[in-house]
Amino acid sequence: MMQLAARPAPLLNVDNLVVEYGLGSKIVHAVSGVSLEVARGETLGLVGESGCGKSTLGRAVLQLRRAKSGRVMFDGEDLTAMEGEALRRMRRRVQLIFQDPIASLNPRRRIGDIVAEPLIIAGIKDAAERKRRVHEVLSAVGLDPDLVAGRLPHEFSGGQCQRICIARSLVLNPEFIVCDEPVSALDVSIRAQILNLLEEMKARFGLTLLFIAHDLAVVKAVSDRVAVMYLGRLCEVAPSEQLFARPAHPYTALLLQAIPVPDPDVRPVESVAAGEPPSPIAPPSGCRFRTRCPRADQRCSGEIPELRQVAPGQFAACHHPLA
Amino acid sequence: MTAPLLTIEDVAVELPTPRGNLRAVDHVDLSLQAGRTLGIVGESGCGKTMLSRAVLQLLPKKAKLTGRVMFDGEDLVRLEAESLRRLRGRDLAVVFQDPMTSLNPVLTIGTQLMETIQEHLELDAPAAKARSIELLAAVGIPAPEQRLAQYPHQCSGGMRQRIAIAIALSCEPKLLIADEPTTALDVTIQAQILDLLAREQRRRHMAMIIITHDLGVVAGRADEVAVMYAGRVVERAPTQALFKRMHMPYTEALLAAIPKLETAPHTPLPAISGRPPDPTRPLKGCSFAPRCNYAGGRCHEAKPVLTSAEMAEHLYACFHPIRMTEGIEA
Ligand SMILES: Nc1ncnc2c1ncn2[C@@H]1O[C@H](COP(=O)(O)OP(=O)(O)OP(=O)(O)O)[C@@H](O)[C@H]1O
Ligand SMILES: Nc1ncnc2c1ncn2[C@@H]1O[C@H](COP(=O)(O)OP(=O)(O)O)[C@@H](O)[C@H]1O
Ligand code: SF4
Ligand code: SF4
Ligand SMILES: [Mg+2]
Ligand SMILES: [Mg+2]
Repeated sequence: MMQLAARPAPLLNVDNLVVEYGLGSKIVHAVSGVSLEVARGETLGLVGESGCGKSTLGRAVLQLRRAKSGRVMFDGEDLTAMEGEALRRMRRRVQLIFQDPIASLNPRRRIGDIVAEPLIIAGIKDAAERKRRVHEVLSAVGLDPDLVAGRLPHEFSGGQCQRICIARSLVLNPEFIVCDEPVSALDVSIRAQILNLLEEMKARFGLTLLFIAHDLAVVKAVSDRVAVMYLGRLCEVAPSEQLFARPAHPYTALLLQAIPVPDPDVRPVESVAAGEPPSPIAPPSGCRFRTRCPRADQRCSGEIPELRQVAPGQFAACHHPLA
Repeated sequence: MTAPLLTIEDVAVELPTPRGNLRAVDHVDLSLQAGRTLGIVGESGCGKTMLSRAVLQLLPKKAKLTGRVMFDGEDLVRLEAESLRRLRGRDLAVVFQDPMTSLNPVLTIGTQLMETIQEHLELDAPAAKARSIELLAAVGIPAPEQRLAQYPHQCSGGMRQRIAIAIALSCEPKLLIADEPTTALDVTIQAQILDLLAREQRRRHMAMIIITHDLGVVAGRADEVAVMYAGRVVERAPTQALFKRMHMPYTEALLAAIPKLETAPHTPLPAISGRPPDPTRPLKGCSFAPRCNYAGGRCHEAKPVLTSAEMAEHLYACFHPIRMTEGIEA
């Protein structure tokens, strides 16, 4: 059941997605009923603390991990129902960029081959055509193809490796890319370069992005709308400006407070919400945030808050949203 | 003013590499008073960790160190191994970016804490245990008594960093060096850990060095900030003064590159183009010149030295400092 903003048919529509992992006899409730949509040409930011299920959600969208229930509609087709050749064909249209750029490149293969690999997997046999595509995307990400194609990953810095990963993700001309914390492992200065690059690539190739990060300021820099996730569920979804100006969910407010401000006159707020998220093996009843929420009451432990509209375009899952 | 607790005098660190000699730290001078916090900020590879390892005397074996590190009246560079070992973990403690660097994966948390405490303080086992529990509680670990029996892998990243901090604090050090203590952690946990460090520092009147690549981390928490670039300190000032008027183009660029919450989405970030120079191929002029918007003339020919103009404690190494009162050019 889709209840988010009414807009023309979205490119991606995730409906009540549930993903679980088995851990011995226990179950990790990684994603527990998430619904969202991403319009064509839009960047949806996805934020939340480590372990809240962002990567799992991203991978389940791309069918790299199969969901237990729920649906993922991409351009009108149900990916969750697809298999074999149909799914492989579909995978050319969706790509993934990882957090750790160095680890996601095979250390023994040359950059040119690494970037060409998706073309080979997709069955493009014409070597000249492959070379042309590789050159095109390497130049697009700001690398000199003649200088880098023959070299190995260890000869490049973290920022350059992330450029190479972005080039690889673009080589099949995808429509949709899941960027899973693409700048979390990078330094402040390189981070800015890569964020700018992603924005340029998005405009140039007409991409739609699901941009995952744990830093709200980073997410805001590139996203049209932002979804906030906590322990497997969405807390809040809103247009970026609105979310930052008027957070409705107490957890969003907490994340905003935690960002270090580069201004010595802004005293850091003393210890925002005590403690860490509970284990996704035994998530709290009712609202999963209640164990850290300053507004929690009886109702919060008994009743799961549904995501509902609190302002035009802004949705929050909270029994007592902020004014 | 009393003598500083720590004085780093003309410290340089060279590392032999296949590409030639790499100067990781290039003649750095710094000092720190008891009970104060110094923030060291700079991009990856600029020498922050090597500098802190020079202070701790924990450099790679092949590294060549010159200069003096005066700590509490002694030159650590000339101290023999045994005295150094006693000093480290007692008066001089460290917290690393990856808490697993300081934790032993095969020992329980209790064993590790109690070992450190018993090695440096004269306490019997029950007293050491009581103190361990007290410390874990102080760093915000719930049910500390049960934690003692657990292994590091049974804890989250944030918990492990808290435990590493508890061990570092266990012998009441005079100086704590925290090398990117929160870079691997989430923002909410980062805020908690930084608060924890600040609180314990105040309580113990301990001096602290926080190393980070994020100016936002030191802004509200350091008394003084040193900005490093290519192995050198390029600007150094009391925190308020620095943020009010940064004189080095590099510091300004580093601040501008941080995404700000006030900025509208899709605004291009003022990124610093390019990368720091290859540390095995030092430049003749200012190391920042190839990336600097203000570079010109002398910048490519000579190295600017640290100087001050308007305020004695505000040092910068630049031929064309910015935001100066009219008329002053170095
Ligand atoms: N064991 C080593 N052998 C040779 N060179 C090294 C070694 N460790 C570090 N270096 C080099 O010394 C220089 C300074 O490194 P250092 O680790 O101090 O940087 P840093 O400022 O701490 O960076 P980061 O932010 O990535 O932690 C770099 O050029 C680095 O590549
Ligand atoms: N392969 C796996 N097996 C078991 N548990 C997993 C696996 N991958 C992730 N998890 C768990 O699922 C939860 C969500 O993880 P993840 O999606 O990686 O979170 P995030 O990307 O937000 O950090 C976490 O508790 C994590 O430990
Ligand atoms: S539902 Fe209750 S516990 Fe959950 S965020 Fe809202 S007020 Fe807090
Ligand atoms: S000395 Fe010249 S190149 Fe170096 S920071 Fe100053 S203006 Fe820029
Ligand atoms: Mg992840
Ligand atoms: Mg370092």
